[in-house]
Amino acid sequence: MSTATIDVPEVPTGSRVNYLNAQYGVKSWLFTTDHKRIALLYLVSITLMFFIGGFFAVLMRLHLIEPQGALVQPETYNKLFTMHGVIMVFFFLVPSIPATLGNFLVPLMIGARDLAFPRLNLISWYIYVVGACFTLYAVISGGVDTGWTFYTPYSSSFSHTSVIPTAVGVFITGFSSILTGLNFVVTIHKMRAPGMTWFRLPLFIWAIYATSIIFILGTPVIAITLFLLALERLLHIGIFDPAIGGDPILFQHLFWFYSHPAVYIMILPGMGVMSELVTCFSRKRIFGYSFVAFSSLSIAIISFLVWGHHMFVTGQSIYAGLIFSVLSFLVAIPSAVKVFNWTATLYKGSISYDAPMLYALGFIGLFTMGGLTGLFLASLATDVHLNGTYFIVAHFHYIMVGGAVMAYLGGIHFWWPKITGRLYPDGWARFAALVIFVGFNLTFFPQFMLGYLGMPRRYAVYPAEFQVFNVMSSAGASILGIGYLIPLIYLTWSMRYGPAAGPNPWGAKGLEWTTPSPPPTENFEEIPVVTEDAYDYAESTVNRG
Amino acid sequence: MMGAIQTGSDFLFAAAIQAPQLRPEAASSIAEGVDHLYFALTFITLFFTFIIFSTILVFMVKYRRRAENERPPDTGEHLGLELTWTIIPTLICVGLFLWASSLYFENSRPPSASTEIFVIGKQWMWHIQHPEGVREINELHVPVGVPVKLTMTSEDVIHDFYIPAFRVKKDVIPGRYSSLWFQATKIGTYHLFCAQYCGADHAEMLGWVYVMSPADYAAWLAGGVPSQTMQQSGELIFNKLGCASCHLSDGTGRGPSLLGIYSKEEELKNGDKRLVDEAFIRQAIVNPNSVVLPKYPAIMPTFQGQINEEQVLQLVAYVKSLASEERKTDGK
Repeated sequence: MSTATIDVPEVPTGSRVNYLNAQYGVKSWLFTTDHKRIALLYLVSITLMFFIGGFFAVLMRLHLIEPQGALVQPETYNKLFTMHGVIMVFFFLVPSIPATLGNFLVPLMIGARDLAFPRLNLISWYIYVVGACFTLYAVISGGVDTGWTFYTPYSSSFSHTSVIPTAVGVFITGFSSILTGLNFVVTIHKMRAPGMTWFRLPLFIWAIYATSIIFILGTPVIAITLFLLALERLLHIGIFDPAIGGDPILFQHLFWFYSHPAVYIMILPGMGVMSELVTCFSRKRIFGYSFVAFSSLSIAIISFLVWGHHMFVTGQSIYAGLIFSVLSFLVAIPSAVKVFNWTATLYKGSISYDAPMLYALGFIGLFTMGGLTGLFLASLATDVHLNGTYFIVAHFHYIMVGGAVMAYLGGIHFWWPKITGRLYPDGWARFAALVIFVGFNLTFFPQFMLGYLGMPRRYAVYPAEFQVFNVMSSAGASILGIGYLIPLIYLTWSMRYGPAAGPNPWGAKGLEWTTPSPPPTENFEEIPVVTEDAYDYAESTVNRG
Repeated sequence: MMGAIQTGSDFLFAAAIQAPQLRPEAASSIAEGVDHLYFALTFITLFFTFIIFSTILVFMVKYRRRAENERPPDTGEHLGLELTWTIIPTLICVGLFLWASSLYFENSRPPSASTEIFVIGKQWMWHIQHPEGVREINELHVPVGVPVKLTMTSEDVIHDFYIPAFRVKKDVIPGRYSSLWFQATKIGTYHLFCAQYCGADHAEMLGWVYVMSPADYAAWLAGGVPSQTMQQSGELIFNKLGCASCHLSDGTGRGPSLLGIYSKEEELKNGDKRLVDEAFIRQAIVNPNSVVLPKYPAIMPTFQGQINEEQVLQLVAYVKSLASEERKTDGK
């Protein structure tokens, strides 16, 4: 092992004071304002939501093994896919990387002691929990069956399920996103350490910054949309229901004005994680730093102008369709640029296959597929056939699960030694990455075929000719489910029994790796002075400590 | 020997039945064009996935870490490469956009001489009515080789009329008319699906499209339940609701004469110019005060809730017929 340039005394974890052992007791967690502890509060809550949402998905896939439905009544099936969507989108994917890794890493990466507004950060978590409670109440009180898209007039006038509690839950959680985004933007602007210029920032910070802008500008729109939906349902004021003079398509415009940018809320932070992983495990400076950084910003901006591509078959004018189509093609280009830059970063690198890197490589593959299949849907003529079918389901799962969840798991595995001060069993972690990759493709690739053949989504029963692909997909889902349980087990195990991790087990660059693992409550004893660019792997000795 | 071949071909035949179908049937005039674009997109997807995957694989093997303290050289930046992989995807996207959009443009415009059929979506069934008066539920009979235009609306929530074999799909929206056209090219029976989630039995809201030879179609129409044409049903409703007491044909009534009004452009009281099409007539029935003509008072009551969408369509058919049969109803 090479000599450590970082001056950390070799004290076993546990005897040194860090953010985890500085205080004990439930109160010390529930009233903490430490961004690292709040990150862990989020980690626990979103993991819980992920497995609840995943459980619904498993039930759905089991049900679809048989054309006539193997498990539940159609009404129940409709509730399963609705609650799966609502929980996964609003309570897992949107907060996933920003609220956990973002919360933990933003101050550490820019050399600050905490976020700009630590108490606001804690309130954001409480708001998230209150929102989640409303939505879980909706689940327990009989569920909701509108689809996560809440299309009117079905949701406003026809559904007999708990639409309002669900909408209230999503509405409340939105404020958590807005406040978190605000906190990040202020922190990144005002609290960078001396010498940490904008173009020395890790690309993860650029991605979180772009995401925060969408949080702040987009979330209020979904909030007001759901508020109007609740008003319509309670008071019948005639905004969305055509029977009383409303316009049901207006709802779709408002809904997708947020919900399309929300897709980028889910994937941009994952792209940020990717830039960190690919550089570390190839020991290379990122290829085309400014291209990767500005592609995040351009994605954030263009994402607000493409919502109409969800509505090509609603009868919107042909000319509106043309404009939304060309903008949707345009948003694909910065994503392609990122993929090419990550690949080029590997060139002449020193590539190792630690578990986080396997997740990263899985991300590149699955995200590439997800992005390219998006072209089928940006193309007007093919979208007419594929819209509303399983092709859509496959496409967005390749982005949100193959992309966002892979990146999230890669990030968790990468920073886990920093977060907990412990190492997890690398063999198990690589095995889990492989199981997830195989299970994922087996689950969702057949759905592309189903979509092209014409099987509509959200079908509780289906014509028998679609059965083969459905069975394949269900088999894949069971593998995928096991794949997600494995990390839950070994990561939990490692918190107690894992060997102590040094301050920098991967030999990574970045200010967070100059702190001990786990970091002390104040992060840095002295605020560091930054003198080098991000990912400066070539310049100095690489240390594993 | 022969037996072995026989068994072999039997086996192949059996495998062909059980192997899942990979391409939906292509039974309309636009299906091939859409599929060609689909295949091109599939090729582009596979091509780029292959390039990325193989590059990563080569790099992973070639540049694998050989020593723990290895320090790779800094390869720097390369503006030329960045521009190359920005511009090439942009050009491909522009090409795809032009192809897909021109195809969509063509596919969206019905030929003028289309046969018209009317569709009403309702939780959870499709009501279909032919102008000749024949009605069907969850079945749509159409002649092969003839352009067919569907005019569609919904009684309740948003549905979506989807025939995969024709590659056509359009939302069916309450409170407005949407339209869809196709020209079937192959005699056969094809799936009809609802592709917009519409509640409990969404997955059961399906039916069949029967594409028949023109002769068979004519025979089928003639053999249908004897009933009035849509226009005749519309005339009955028109008289029953007392529409004629205001809409006098000589134009002296409290409402405008409806003779020849269809497909005219009318200037409204508020100055807007509107083409009198199906949607306009529907609006004039359910929300009359939004389309008042000059010189007439806004006194017509709404008929929303008093007649259903099917009856509205019949009224529309009747008002449309007044355009061509001016003489027949004259002096009534």
